[in-house]
Amino acid sequence: MAENVIVVKNLTKQFKDTLAVDEVSFSLKRGEFLGLLGPNGAGKTTTIAMLLGLLKQTSGAITVLGMQMPKDRQKILSRVNFSSAYVQLPYGLSVIANLKVHARLYQIPNGDQKIQELAEYFGIADLLKRRMMTLSSGQATRVNLVKAFLNDPEILFLDEPTSSLDPEAADTFRQLILAEQKRRKLTILYTSHNMQEVEKIADRIIFLHQGKIVAQGTTKAVLAQFKKKNLEDFFIALARSENKKGTA
Amino acid sequence: MSIIRIWAIVLRHLYPYRFNLSRMSELILWPFFEMLLIGFFGVFFARASNFGGLILAILLGAILMWQIFFRIQQGISVSFLMELWSRNLANIFISPISMVEYLLGLIVVGFLKVVVISLMMWGFAELLYHVNVLSIGVAIVPLAIALVLFGWAMGTFVLGVVLRYGQSAESIAWAASFFLQPFAAVFYPVSIYPPLLQKIIWWIPLPHIFEALRAVFAGQPLPINHVLWAYGLDAVYLAAAFVFFGYMFEKARDKGYLLKAQD
Repeated sequence: MAENVIVVKNLTKQFKDTLAVDEVSFSLKRGEFLGLLGPNGAGKTTTIAMLLGLLKQTSGAITVLGMQMPKDRQKILSRVNFSSAYVQLPYGLSVIANLKVHARLYQIPNGDQKIQELAEYFGIADLLKRRMMTLSSGQATRVNLVKAFLNDPEILFLDEPTSSLDPEAADTFRQLILAEQKRRKLTILYTSHNMQEVEKIADRIIFLHQGKIVAQGTTKAVLAQFKKKNLEDFFIALARSENKKGTA
Repeated sequence: MSIIRIWAIVLRHLYPYRFNLSRMSELILWPFFEMLLIGFFGVFFARASNFGGLILAILLGAILMWQIFFRIQQGISVSFLMELWSRNLANIFISPISMVEYLLGLIVVGFLKVVVISLMMWGFAELLYHVNVLSIGVAIVPLAIALVLFGWAMGTFVLGVVLRYGQSAESIAWAASFFLQPFAAVFYPVSIYPPLLQKIIWWIPLPHIFEALRAVFAGQPLPINHVLWAYGLDAVYLAAAFVFFGYMFEKARDKGYLLKAQD
């Protein structure tokens, strides 16, 4: 049986009057693809930020690859990576310059060779000399993927990675990610507002709402539990229940 | 501590200078025009006073030394702002770099810029006004180091402020050094300040450094008391700046400023 690579227990984050994440507990096994879903403000990005040590939890415990976050932050971060549509590589630098900087940040031996190999694999070898600002969203997303695979991560955090892509580019991205997940036995924590996308690719989902887990399990099990046809219906029902509460 | 990660930050901030004329102007045009402006002032004062060429040398030396402090401070705080502008902060801080390594990277960036700018200004002074600002010899070394140390302290303090207030603190990052300049006795002696103000400004390292610089230009030996005061105060301000920055960084991780700062 696969080991747990992420264990989160009673994770809580309080910002002044706002309880952003409320006693959240979950775990992820090696090689698992978990979709972390929920409406805006549900606590998805806050949870990922705490898992990556960008944000300190108010209470609760985070264990990643058997180590404690934030205590073992540097050791953990050398074995995981992250990509997001909202975090960009400096647009004034060339693709190769950005990747060289990150190869050094992760202390990759033979960094230049590694960049070349990954660039060829992800189809950006011809873009290496171009500046980031000249790339399309799809090309920039591929560059971000190369950056994310530079350190051969055991866990990959992907925060709405396809949100700025057209359907074809998003599909290509998903194919690449799924192929890599199988090839490397990679663990992936994926947030997205595209419910169809998550239904297609996630082994399991966690649905967050107002900082709490309201549903978790395989997509099929969650839909059966809440008697919904698909995740989009579930998402809309949840968001509308929130709106009703807000107007009541 | 990893030299490779520190070098990664240095490269991240040096790469933009390659083949980029507007960036290169920071290293060439700014020092050139500052030298030109202060040089013309110096020529005017030299002709209008009894000081002769000495005043020109003092002013040109002062502006070169001021640039050391100013560029070191900017090298730290404005480089961090560049990370915010390019929305790259999370990429940096989800890598295994420590905050100390990141800060050291920025310090090295500032130092390299200062080396280039100082050489440029020295060359311009020689070329335009036939003044060798390095003619005071090795005495310039301890004074320059004292300026570098205070530049690190100031840059680190401003970095802490930018961490807390994000891009809204941009103007402070640019102007922090200029807020100090009127009280730094860069171009004139401390004796011209009102007595009460003199008592206050002696608690800043800059007036000690520039008083010492003027004394050396005037042919006197390096005033050791001013040098010791400058280094003592540098040590205090550096320690205070690092403590302040450490506190702000922890606060940023607690309040989520690392995520919000780039918005």
